[in-house]
Amino acid sequence: MFYRENGQFKTSYRADQQIFPIAQDRVALFVLLAIAFLAVPFMASDYIFRAILIPFLIFSLAAVGVNILVGYCGQISLGSGAFMAVGAYAAYNFFVRVDGMPLLVALILGGVCAMLFGILFGLPSLRVKGLYLAVATLAAQFFSDWMFLRIQWFTNNSSSGSVSVSNLQVFGLSLESPLAKYLFCLSLLAVIALLAKNLVRGAVGREWMAIRDMDVAAAVIGIRPMYAKLSAFAVSSFIVGVAGALWAFIYLGAWEPAAFSVDQSFKLLFMVIIGGMGSIMGSFFGAAFIVILPIALSQFLPVLASWVGIEISTAGVSHAELMVFGGLIVWFLIVEPHGLAKLWSIGKQKLRLWPFPH
Amino acid sequence: MKLRKLVLASALVVAGSSVLVTGNAFAQAKDQFFPLLSYRTGPYAPNGVPWANGKLDYLKMINARDGGINGVKLTYEECETGYATDRGVECYERLKSRPGVALFDPQATGITFALTEKAPVDKVALMTLGYGLSVAQDGMAFKWNFPLQGSYWTGADILIQHLGKSLGGLDKLKGKKITLVYHDSPFGKEPIPLLQERARMHGFDLQLLPVTAPGVEQKATWLQVRQSKPDYVLLWGWGVMNSTALKEAQATGYPRDKMYGVWWAGAEPDVKDVGEGAKGYHALALNTSGQQPKVMQDILKYVHAKGQGTGPKDEVGQVLYTRGVIIQMLSIEAVRKAQERFGKGKVMTGEQVRWGLENLALDQKKLDALGFSGVMRPLSTSCADHMGSTAARIETWDGKKWNISSDYIEADEQILKPMVKAGAEKYLADKKMTRRAAQDCQS
Repeated sequence: MFYRENGQFKTSYRADQQIFPIAQDRVALFVLLAIAFLAVPFMASDYIFRAILIPFLIFSLAAVGVNILVGYCGQISLGSGAFMAVGAYAAYNFFVRVDGMPLLVALILGGVCAMLFGILFGLPSLRVKGLYLAVATLAAQFFSDWMFLRIQWFTNNSSSGSVSVSNLQVFGLSLESPLAKYLFCLSLLAVIALLAKNLVRGAVGREWMAIRDMDVAAAVIGIRPMYAKLSAFAVSSFIVGVAGALWAFIYLGAWEPAAFSVDQSFKLLFMVIIGGMGSIMGSFFGAAFIVILPIALSQFLPVLASWVGIEISTAGVSHAELMVFGGLIVWFLIVEPHGLAKLWSIGKQKLRLWPFPH
Repeated sequence: MKLRKLVLASALVVAGSSVLVTGNAFAQAKDQFFPLLSYRTGPYAPNGVPWANGKLDYLKMINARDGGINGVKLTYEECETGYATDRGVECYERLKSRPGVALFDPQATGITFALTEKAPVDKVALMTLGYGLSVAQDGMAFKWNFPLQGSYWTGADILIQHLGKSLGGLDKLKGKKITLVYHDSPFGKEPIPLLQERARMHGFDLQLLPVTAPGVEQKATWLQVRQSKPDYVLLWGWGVMNSTALKEAQATGYPRDKMYGVWWAGAEPDVKDVGEGAKGYHALALNTSGQQPKVMQDILKYVHAKGQGTGPKDEVGQVLYTRGVIIQMLSIEAVRKAQERFGKGKVMTGEQVRWGLENLALDQKKLDALGFSGVMRPLSTSCADHMGSTAARIETWDGKKWNISSDYIEADEQILKPMVKAGAEKYLADKKMTRRAAQDCQS
């Protein structure tokens, strides 16, 4: 009823090939973007911006990147933390070593370095598959940990290995206020997510999906596995690298290699699995689940306990937070193994048939 | 599908109430608020818990005994960071806008680095007693950082001086081999520049052995120690890394009395599990331990006797507990000092507390009055010196408790000063910032 494409006739190739061919999707997207760009800035407090929205946006971006590799191309990767680290440290080096380097260019160059690093560590994917590839990409993680801890040059010879940036500006506008940071991250995310959405439905995206579904069959119909796999690694690690640079520059401000530990790789992989593999939308759900839920729980549990009349200690809260979080992950995976994005598409399907289910 | 509805409903409630919780933050400031970043979970919890308990109990004691600071009640809220930088930043953002927020003690070097960039913007001071950025001692460059009582550079310097003394002179260090076993993070790497400087001066051989965080796996490290047979091992660990190192030293047969830990590797949780096996192990001591000091008696009397204690009663007065108490005492004294200037009985702003921290003057008489006789060194800060005191002692574990085994040793200003100055200059140059002007000290 609400969500039906009946009667939407395409009269030109242009109309048929747009990113969102269904009018309702287009309207929903415009409304969403309008809310994010125009309404949220007036409603959210400093805390919401800094502690919830900005990490959510940055991790959504990273999850989009990981989803391209894991969800669309089927190459399980545990090296995402490393790609983030390379993006962050490369952007940092461009930013401090080149005088007058604009922030945006530094971020993109950081992404390019992450891309090269990703291609290099994507090479094993030509020979190994599945879980074995996951182990092989773990090498990227350990390599980057080692590189940024041991090679002093990358950390600008800082004695402690910790680096920091400040006075960030974009086109002469200061990025100090949380609102400016939010809008900057949001713009980057919107542009990159739309590009990714466009990419995955095009020729390259279809090649990735063919490789994911059955690589031998894909090779037989003329898809070059090397090109498809490495291009997935390249695009994915570029996006993840930009996200890493944003995480370091915008959210942390000062960071050490531990900020991009293997935990981060696992987190990103879980986001993709929980959010929905092979869905750009799912990346957002996954990021929201992993980033926002623990924070919400840690604030909500004491309130809940005080309603019931019990006082729980800080330690108790954080233990309970982990337990509830773990429980929810298991529950979601049992109820909907295809991730939160599947729930979303079921919802859309229901709306399409409403009020006559069959 | 009742369960599904239930979960959906509770998820909505979670979202709703978290907005509510943050909404509460904008009440009028009647009380001085102390945000307490702590970690009671994770690999650093054994050490994080007594530290946090000390801070909490002292706050409770001041409220119960004195009714606050000149009538201003003290409030507090704990936030669990798990020693992770991103969670620490979230906690900071959550608590910094509370009315009457005084200052932050991040309890972790990684979080300190991240907050160093944010604190000047938010105008709230960071107290990093015995940790954090070593170069932040230079108050003219780091207006908002206060590494009171010492940094890793002063700690390393004191250790080398002590080693020299025990050999009968610093010149005797020539040709000796000293190994630094360190937590592979900014925390562990901080002392390296100073040790390298000292190695160059005295001609000893410095070997660096990193241990991957959190430090539960050290077999390879101690194999290397056994191969190279150093004269001394300096242990720069935190949390489970310390007890693991001591166990490995025991297993490889490295003499424990040749091992010297930093002040974060010299508390009960580090040696308790090793017990007799750690006998003879030394560590730096910023403070004493034990329940005899008056302040501990007061905490027992006003807090624990009323059943308000945060941790177990017998842990009151442990090394890290005492350090937590000292940190909280210094915070409160900073507020008190600020009140003397900006108005007694008023709630101080972050900027005013910062001034208080910069003008702390705790002589022996004051410490005695506060109940800290013998616990710590007198301390006085200034605009240029944000450390206040650079001395520490050595303590030794006798299998059951820590005993102070040396006099106070002052870190050598001759070596530290140029290094701090150069480091601060580099930091300012990287950030394209300038030093504070002299008149800025008045504000």
